[in-house]
Amino acid sequence: MKPAPFVRHVPRTLQQALAMLSQLAGQDGRILAGGQSLVPIMAFRLAKPAHLIDINEVEGLDRLDSDGKALTIGARVRHAAFHGPVVDNPLAALLTYVARHIAHYPIRMRGTFCGSLAHADPASEWCLTTATLGATMIARSTRGTREIAAKDFFDGIMSTALAEDELLAEVRLPLLAADAKFGFNEFSRRAGDFAMASSLVAYRVVDSKIAEARVGVGGAEPSPRRIAEAEAALNGQPPGDAAFRAAALAASDAVDPLEDHQTNAEYRRDLVRVVVRRALEHSLQ
Amino acid sequence: MSNPKPKFVGRSVARLEDRPLLLGQGRFAADVSFSGQWHMRVVRSPVAHGKLQGIDAAAALALPGVHAVWTHQDVAHIPPIPFRLTGLVELEPYRQPILAKDYVRYVGEPVAVVFATDPYIAEDAADLIELDIEPLAPVLAASGATGPFDAERATEPSIIRKSYGDVDAAFKAAHAVVALALSTGRHSGVPMETRGAVAHYDEARDILEMHGAAKVPWWNRDHIARMIGRTRTNMHLLEGHVGGGFGIRGEIYPEDVLVCAAALAFGKPIKWVEDRREHLIAANHSRQQQHRIRAAIDAEGRILAIDDEFFHDNGAYMRTHAATVPDLAAAMLPGPYRVPAYRVAGHIRLTNKTPCGTYRAPGRYESTFVRERLLDAVAAKVGVDGVEIRRRNLIATSEMPYDLHLETLGTHIVYDSGDYALLLDKTLACAGWPALQADLKKRRAAGEKVGAGVAMFVEKSGLGPSDTVRVEIRKDGKVEVITGVASIGQGVETAMAQIAADALGVDYTAIDVVHGRTDRIDQGAGAFASRVTVMCGEATRLASTKLRDKVLRLAAELMQTDASALDIVNGEIVSRDSTGPSMTLAELAQAPPGDLSAEDTFLSSHMVYPYGVHVAAVKIDSDTGAVAIERYVIGYDIGKAVNPRLVESQIAGGLAQGLGGALLEEFVYDDHGEPLSVTFADYLMPTSREVPDISILITEDAPSPLNPMGLKGAGEGGANPVGAAIASAIDDALQRPGAITDLPITPQRMKAICRQN
Ligand SMILES: Cc1cc2nc3c(=O)[nH]c(=O)nc-3n(C[C@H](O)[C@H](O)[C@H](O)COP(=O)(O)OP(=O)(O)OC[C@H]3O[C@@H](n4cnc5c(N)ncnc54)[C@H](O)[C@@H]3O)c2cc1C
Repeated sequence: MKPAPFVRHVPRTLQQALAMLSQLAGQDGRILAGGQSLVPIMAFRLAKPAHLIDINEVEGLDRLDSDGKALTIGARVRHAAFHGPVVDNPLAALLTYVARHIAHYPIRMRGTFCGSLAHADPASEWCLTTATLGATMIARSTRGTREIAAKDFFDGIMSTALAEDELLAEVRLPLLAADAKFGFNEFSRRAGDFAMASSLVAYRVVDSKIAEARVGVGGAEPSPRRIAEAEAALNGQPPGDAAFRAAALAASDAVDPLEDHQTNAEYRRDLVRVVVRRALEHSLQ
Repeated sequence: MSNPKPKFVGRSVARLEDRPLLLGQGRFAADVSFSGQWHMRVVRSPVAHGKLQGIDAAAALALPGVHAVWTHQDVAHIPPIPFRLTGLVELEPYRQPILAKDYVRYVGEPVAVVFATDPYIAEDAADLIELDIEPLAPVLAASGATGPFDAERATEPSIIRKSYGDVDAAFKAAHAVVALALSTGRHSGVPMETRGAVAHYDEARDILEMHGAAKVPWWNRDHIARMIGRTRTNMHLLEGHVGGGFGIRGEIYPEDVLVCAAALAFGKPIKWVEDRREHLIAANHSRQQQHRIRAAIDAEGRILAIDDEFFHDNGAYMRTHAATVPDLAAAMLPGPYRVPAYRVAGHIRLTNKTPCGTYRAPGRYESTFVRERLLDAVAAKVGVDGVEIRRRNLIATSEMPYDLHLETLGTHIVYDSGDYALLLDKTLACAGWPALQADLKKRRAAGEKVGAGVAMFVEKSGLGPSDTVRVEIRKDGKVEVITGVASIGQGVETAMAQIAADALGVDYTAIDVVHGRTDRIDQGAGAFASRVTVMCGEATRLASTKLRDKVLRLAAELMQTDASALDIVNGEIVSRDSTGPSMTLAELAQAPPGDLSAEDTFLSSHMVYPYGVHVAAVKIDSDTGAVAIERYVIGYDIGKAVNPRLVESQIAGGLAQGLGGALLEEFVYDDHGEPLSVTFADYLMPTSREVPDISILITEDAPSPLNPMGLKGAGEGGANPVGAAIASAIDDALQRPGAITDLPITPQRMKAICRQN
């Protein structure tokens, strides 16, 4: 469990970082952010990057601010930044609640929001959050800047739309409506483990009816995504058991569950129904 | 001369061993280094079964910093690893060579070793070694028809058979027969500290030392020495701090022999520290058994006979424990119940998986699960509850000592003492059983899936045949207790110091307990089978008492009085009537003749048998299949608790491991024999969030008649019946007797069972 040899580079500015990335990406160069996914993988020698571009000292990447429309989260912002409220909007409570489900305290002190997105584990809470809320990813390289919508960003298990010379510099997460409701639920075998299924929901209640429903499911398919069938089952219905059950069933019918040696499709599908229903129930608490 | 009344034994005094650990000053295997040392990396088989056609180490040897690569031909003169316990002759051909010869038989089997200047280069080089292996079909199931395991071996090297009474007649005469098919999952002890070994040859003194020993340093010293052509006098094993033993750590493994042989061959210190992935595929696994059990019962549910056949999945080789685990499973199965006739056949089966050994409560975790499931099934059959059926079948105190007519570990099993029914009553009272039942019933009526279960067991401990202890008073008045046991973190130093302190009349903090060092005492049996407090504890008491007599005799001469007029109080020799002069132990030690030491040996040919009751209350989430433990109560009678808090820690730690095997931990293999549980993300250990609060009731109602303090060991009762108790509680929650047949009960399996409702 000793990593293969590598060279660590420590850029101080974004320009330096992008230049290094453009030069080294083709020679097995990779970004090192919090290291909470990359370092274990290197220890197992499942990844043997020859160069690590450590972005932990790059100026400006620690941005965490709001322009009234969206929250901007820079590449150095760690999970632990969300242990408390970061913006005066219901989004803050959502992020705080979700963050508590990521791994364990020491890992949250190092791991980054953007690193989670770049790593793209199917069960990552932040991947689910950005997919559900429709975040925009800002990818930068020496070639320029690209804005990528969350729905186009995730591209299967541990795969994203980022090119190898692109840095995920920041993410813009739209603020929620002031009266928005949200709910989250996940199931894992132990506290802090990657979820076997998770769900984040957000909606408004207009004239006692659900509107603008967003139902995201994570951990169940190669990438987290919104489930249109479940959202349709909610919109226009009064929030409550009947609508929630219908949406949960719609979600579990809609997914094409991942299977592994601990989890067959039938069980995973059941879990999707459970986490969606519980996330919706949580939204009323 | 009467001993002073106990001042330390029986009290929860603070542990002596914690200071260096809490200050980060522990000295674990990986902390040991010698200048100029080489690092060893093991190249392991990537396939479960195959013919080894060739090994190409050229690229590895060309890497700067690489000193050597060994394959089987470099160690062909070293015999396979011997058996330490239960070494049946027919198993000998199945012993493990230290490097694979001709065949590889499990993923993780050592095939070659690399020696390099640092561990990084060693691992780089190991990656460059090319193995030419022709894959063969793996054997993965331990039941079913027997056949060839490979060209040289059969899948079933032996069958453990034990019996007494007329089983067939009992089944013929039975009112009813209850039959079950049950299994326990493959899991094992996973100490926080992985294995490690550092060998160092001192040319000047012609002494070979191996650091990183644990558990059984003396036996290992003798046998590694024999394997590599040395003797017990020019080789030493040294134990530092040990981050957990649990049965699996400290046995002789290929790596221990390899570092020793290499230190001699190259004249360089050789260091090997295992990584976690290696640990999960290379250190002993345990527990995987399938049982088909039947009970013949009368109309009241009294057991007339038990007939069990089981298949023990031992992995690819027979390691140091040989037939120990299946033998213990077979011998201890009857437990605390009167079983007039009993027959068992335990098939030892080879599979292309990691070889197995003992793990805390070896064989008993398995057979307690099976027996207690059987008791629950009998209860269901005759329509009484689980508590009542146990009461009807428990062995009575009037029957003690109770001869089981079975043997294991070279001893005849005779339960030395016990009041099983009394402990059941006390534990149920502690759990508030009637109120708990009423509450659960009410909640079930409201739709919750909640239930409680009880499991009982008899443990064994204090395996002989002997332990020797030397006690010395040094010139500074400090007392040294030199033992032949090992400390695997269980608190040996504290417990032995308490016993010696009371016998001598000094404070327990004035005592240094030496353990795990073959250079300090010539023989020792080590730490396993919950033997230390019983065997070493009594030897410590004997030697300390002898020393006390010697001290008083010598002091009496100097003080010109009679020894019977003197006493030792707080390390000072005083006259019993508090008059006249006094003298410190240091003063006496500095006066001629000065030799203040005594040695004594405790011999015991029978084990002692603690016993216990676990009560679990669970809640099932029928949506997800998750099982939450709401309440857990453990009653354990260990005759005499030297330090109750240490006993509680033993029980609590054991429970966590028992829970792991019941709900979480499992070494899973795919159809090709590829291990899938090779990281802590896949092999799930319980964490503080998964382990519930527990209530522990330690009782001393049945002191052992086999040693004067009445001691019984406490190491394994926390783990033994956990799978059984949780299974019983889940059945109750589902109101479906016999719902649980297999461990571990993962959420997916639980959910599938819920779906059948
Ligand atoms: C025991 C354990 C439990 C965990 N449990 C969870 C969990 O429950 N939920 C969860 O979501 N995560 C979990 N994690 C993962 C953790 O959240 C990681 O922090 C996260 O996945 C990656 O973030 P990082 O900053 O550590 O990235 P790193 O490990 O540094 O990098 C991960 C990958 O992303 C790339 N990368 C990182 N940042 C960028 C960037 N800005 N632009 C482009 N590429 C980039 C790296 O090159 C690398 O390939 C767990 C980790 C551990 C060790």
